[in-house]
Amino acid sequence: MTFIGRAGRIFLRARFAFCLLGCAFVFGCSRHEPPADLTIINNAEPESLDPAIIVAQADMRVVSAMFEGLTRLEPVNAQAVPGLAESWDISPDGKIYTFHLRTNLLWSTGEPITSADVVYSWIRELSPATASEYAGQLYYVKNAKEFNTGQIKDASLVGVHATDKFTVRVELNHPTLFFLDICSMPLACVVPRQTIEKYGDRWLMATPLPVSSAYELVEWRLNDKIRLKKNPLYWDAVNTRSEIVDILPVGSPNTALNLYERGQADIVWDKELIPSELIDVLLQRPDFHAFTYLGTYFIRFNVTKKPFDDPRVRQALALAIDKERIVKKITRAGEVTTSHLVPDGTRNYTSPPGLGYDPAQARKLLAEAGYPGGKGFPRFEYLFNAAGGSGGKIHENIAIELQQMWRDQLGIEMELRQVETQVFWGMESRLDYQVSRSSWIGDYDDANTFLGMFLTGDGNNETGWSNPRYDDLVHAANETTDAKQREKLFQQAETILVRDEAPIIPLYIYSGINYFDTNKISGIWENVLDDQPLRTIRKIEARP
Amino acid sequence: MNNEPVESRKPKVEGEKPATSELFAGSRPSALDPRLHSSPGQRAWRRFRTNRAAVFSAWYLAFLLAVILVWPVLLKVSGASFAKTHNPDQLSDVQFSPPTAQHWFGTDFHGRDVFSRTLFGAQISLLVGVVGAGVSLIIGVLWGAIAGYVGGRVDSFLMRLVDILYSLPTIIFVIVLLKTLGELVKQSHFVKNSPALESSLNVIFIFVGLGAVSWLTMARIVRGQVLSLRSRAFVEASRTLGAGTPRILFRHIIPNIFGIAITYVALTMPAIILYESFLSFLSLGVQAPMASWGTLIAEGVSQINPIRIYWWLVVFPGGILVTTLLALNFLGDGLRDAWDVKSK
Amino acid sequence: MYFARRILFAIPLLLVISMLAFALVHLAPGGPFDTERKPASPEIERNIKAKYHLDEPVWKQYCRYFGDLLHGDFGVSLKYRNHTVNDIIAQGLPVSMTLGMLAFCFATVVGVPLGFFTAARRGRWPDYTGSFLAVLAVCVPGFVVAPFLILIFAIKLKWFPVALWETPWHMVLPSIALGSYFVGKIARLLREGMLTAAQSEFVTAARAKGLGETALLLKHVFRIALLPVVSYSGPMLADLLTGSFIIENIFQIPGIGVFLVNSSLNRDYTVVVGLSLLYAMLLIGLNLAVDFSYTLLDPRVKYE
Repeated sequence: MTFIGRAGRIFLRARFAFCLLGCAFVFGCSRHEPPADLTIINNAEPESLDPAIIVAQADMRVVSAMFEGLTRLEPVNAQAVPGLAESWDISPDGKIYTFHLRTNLLWSTGEPITSADVVYSWIRELSPATASEYAGQLYYVKNAKEFNTGQIKDASLVGVHATDKFTVRVELNHPTLFFLDICSMPLACVVPRQTIEKYGDRWLMATPLPVSSAYELVEWRLNDKIRLKKNPLYWDAVNTRSEIVDILPVGSPNTALNLYERGQADIVWDKELIPSELIDVLLQRPDFHAFTYLGTYFIRFNVTKKPFDDPRVRQALALAIDKERIVKKITRAGEVTTSHLVPDGTRNYTSPPGLGYDPAQARKLLAEAGYPGGKGFPRFEYLFNAAGGSGGKIHENIAIELQQMWRDQLGIEMELRQVETQVFWGMESRLDYQVSRSSWIGDYDDANTFLGMFLTGDGNNETGWSNPRYDDLVHAANETTDAKQREKLFQQAETILVRDEAPIIPLYIYSGINYFDTNKISGIWENVLDDQPLRTIRKIEARP
Repeated sequence: MNNEPVESRKPKVEGEKPATSELFAGSRPSALDPRLHSSPGQRAWRRFRTNRAAVFSAWYLAFLLAVILVWPVLLKVSGASFAKTHNPDQLSDVQFSPPTAQHWFGTDFHGRDVFSRTLFGAQISLLVGVVGAGVSLIIGVLWGAIAGYVGGRVDSFLMRLVDILYSLPTIIFVIVLLKTLGELVKQSHFVKNSPALESSLNVIFIFVGLGAVSWLTMARIVRGQVLSLRSRAFVEASRTLGAGTPRILFRHIIPNIFGIAITYVALTMPAIILYESFLSFLSLGVQAPMASWGTLIAEGVSQINPIRIYWWLVVFPGGILVTTLLALNFLGDGLRDAWDVKSK
Repeated sequence: MYFARRILFAIPLLLVISMLAFALVHLAPGGPFDTERKPASPEIERNIKAKYHLDEPVWKQYCRYFGDLLHGDFGVSLKYRNHTVNDIIAQGLPVSMTLGMLAFCFATVVGVPLGFFTAARRGRWPDYTGSFLAVLAVCVPGFVVAPFLILIFAIKLKWFPVALWETPWHMVLPSIALGSYFVGKIARLLREGMLTAAQSEFVTAARAKGLGETALLLKHVFRIALLPVVSYSGPMLADLLTGSFIIENIFQIPGIGVFLVNSSLNRDYTVVVGLSLLYAMLLIGLNLAVDFSYTLLDPRVKYE
């Protein structure tokens, strides 16, 4: 029969052609590039590499390798040290900073970097059209807030000026002790005006892309890898330790661990990329390094809704949590429990104690508030987000423990509500929740980055809590130049926050775990800001 | 008169040794075989009974169902300590314990009894499968029956819609559908005042969502069947007697596609249960602290790594999932063979 | 002519799909710019929304989107703001297609012989074990198969890399994990097809004419039975494309499957609509190709 024969022939030919096509694709898709000197696993794919619009730490790590600001952070303790500026003078009242740029600065494409570039970059950061979410960090500069919110349209009124080719003069609203740290953050980094004006929003796709720091961008493939190459025109290029670095965005802790074990990656530097159930075993190994950093995990209350408008209820719930159990059983990375918001180790600051673990007192307070033994206490929801995929069911696990603790100690019923992460942020900011899980990572090494959140009306407050005395204390602390006085004022404020009113319950200070083999990698240290500049890291040659 | 039993009637070919391939073992009954004169239902049942795998699967499923239903009752009536250790939501300090006399399937991260969680999870998974398949059955049958019977423009329109829906990426729409509808309904006043409704709402949406994206094939097949049924004698007769369209649909057409319907329910259930486990793997399915097989397996899979393997977290829920799906598949196959339905 | 008409029909179909996807994703609660850290002033949020036209009514946004679409511009991703949707597709689609095709090859290379032998040895042990294996393959989810493959072949035996997508060695395990489900499906389809074909009048006639056993099997029954398998290839390739997201997730493969899921979770409107359209186009194209190949294989089939 002809048609069966025909069918057979066609099918055979089709299969053959298909296999050929498959092979072609396979070889086309496989990569032929030189291997990298260093392969690092970063947690997430950066949303952008534009210093002005990034928010996440994963993005900042890559951006800091490409763009630099007036200061930069040194690798051991993350202190601010000279970057593009080689020195600066601070006026006695602490409000005027005069930065002196180095005279030999060049973009990676050869053009000189001058103070006009610095001013351009800061104005761009503050410009409403850029819509930078971190612009608020520059509000310490005179007229920055007014410019950013559109109240003034003239950029020359903002307190940053290029007085000559290598000098930048900054005027602040009030003395700000941590201003130099802010100057090292990506939002204050210098970006190439020439490229941005030419390409607009697509400037990062330009090749070659001028960079002001240690590494140039070779390729950027989403969800695949970012390849960086040493920038020979960097002012400190002689100290840049690795030639080619690959950065992989791997979201799953198990995959990260497997890649590391197999030698496909050298460093895993995102502190959360460790399978939580293996932490106790892995911490015994010398290549797993645990450290605490400036981040706190806490619980937020929506104080505008009953029954959480009563501070006694909030205090009762706080006193009934066995935080040790949570860090021992669930998180297990050696976190330190905390009763206060600002993490230990913050520069120039020691926190006052907050509320500890006292179930008896908790029950008493709950009874005083009108719910003896939990009777009559309405059912409420605990909101948390799904940290997607197979990694990080931490929020859920903690929620389950809390549910049990509050039920056993206080007799109250809590329901769990898990929503997607995007929805979660929206609900928190609209105060569309009752109790929710929260966390905060410090932007710089100072108590203000934590305490400033709970000022009345601050966008990151998200509890509806407002206390004029707290506001006064925090503002006064920021006006003073005396570090000791500042500490005292902050301590008083924090006591109100975590003890007297308790719109939040701090649970523990984040503990991160990086892994890399110290016999093979040098130039990387753990510090409180969890900042590891790329330029100092290198692989030590194996001894023959 | 040929009274030989059917199985031995193999067509013989001149000069050829007897056919060795069972492939060609004919199975056409002779015209006088009593089997031909029984109703389709009876014929189907008889064929079904000879399929050992299908019958075994049916028994297994019945057994599973019995265990799932009996277990909660057992927990209620048993002593306090037994109930406590086997309470699926009871946290304990015995984390990650391998199977012991106390905990037959071991414990998980929170120290909860895996055996109990597997059985309670079975409730949810099977419920999702049944209701999801049920939803897809109802929508598919109605859609296909109306399209096939009414024909013409209506048929064209309805089937075009099916074509359109076929080209949509279902994953995106399931995710977005579930979340959108879920949030929208949850925020309505009606739900806010009734907390029990709120917590079960999520599971309900999963049923409806999964069923709503699986009815397409069913609709096509039902339409095909209805098209062929439409021209059969008994339908013509009914029409000449003056029966209206709805009456014919419900009294004649639909009962006759019962066989196909049941078969495809049995075959769609595994797909829906698998789909639900995919969603749970992405943390989009059933929410904590409730469990389904999908969430249990996802938890277990996240523990697979080269250093320590808590095999009981994957093997037990996974094993039961796979055997149940196997049983459903064999049962479905058996039903399909029994009702003599062609696969296209 | 029939095919020309279907291609023409595909255009309004794609339009409807884009509208549906657009509407659905905008209906979902939460937006792309809800972030953990609130910007210092509400102005900033307003500015971002204005920049991407999210403050306009949905129908107006759609018209704007449609206008861009006509120029082949799928828009800029709202989450990865330096990349356009075209960039994302250009990066991810070749990878996903390679993975899909390799899985397809694996599925046919293993599934077809499996189906053939279980049908040829029907009712005896090879059939029982083979069929059981086929059904088993259909019942074990991909996200269970993948970690076990990694554990055994990549970690314990160290034959293959653990994850990522760089050399042909990286492509083996993901293809197997993805294709295993379809091995089962193809085997079962082929077996059923052969059993049905064996009963057909055509084959009985051929046997009556005196054709030998193996010749019969190979040349006739098998080829007729291939038709349902071929017609299943269309939806199967499409399933491979999207069903790959879990495999891509586990092996960290930079394909579009992961983008598909994450963009809907991130409420990245442009990527969701763009990828939905892409998927729809692929599906429609594949279905057309399969139907076309059907006519080549079996000239009895005619479309009017």
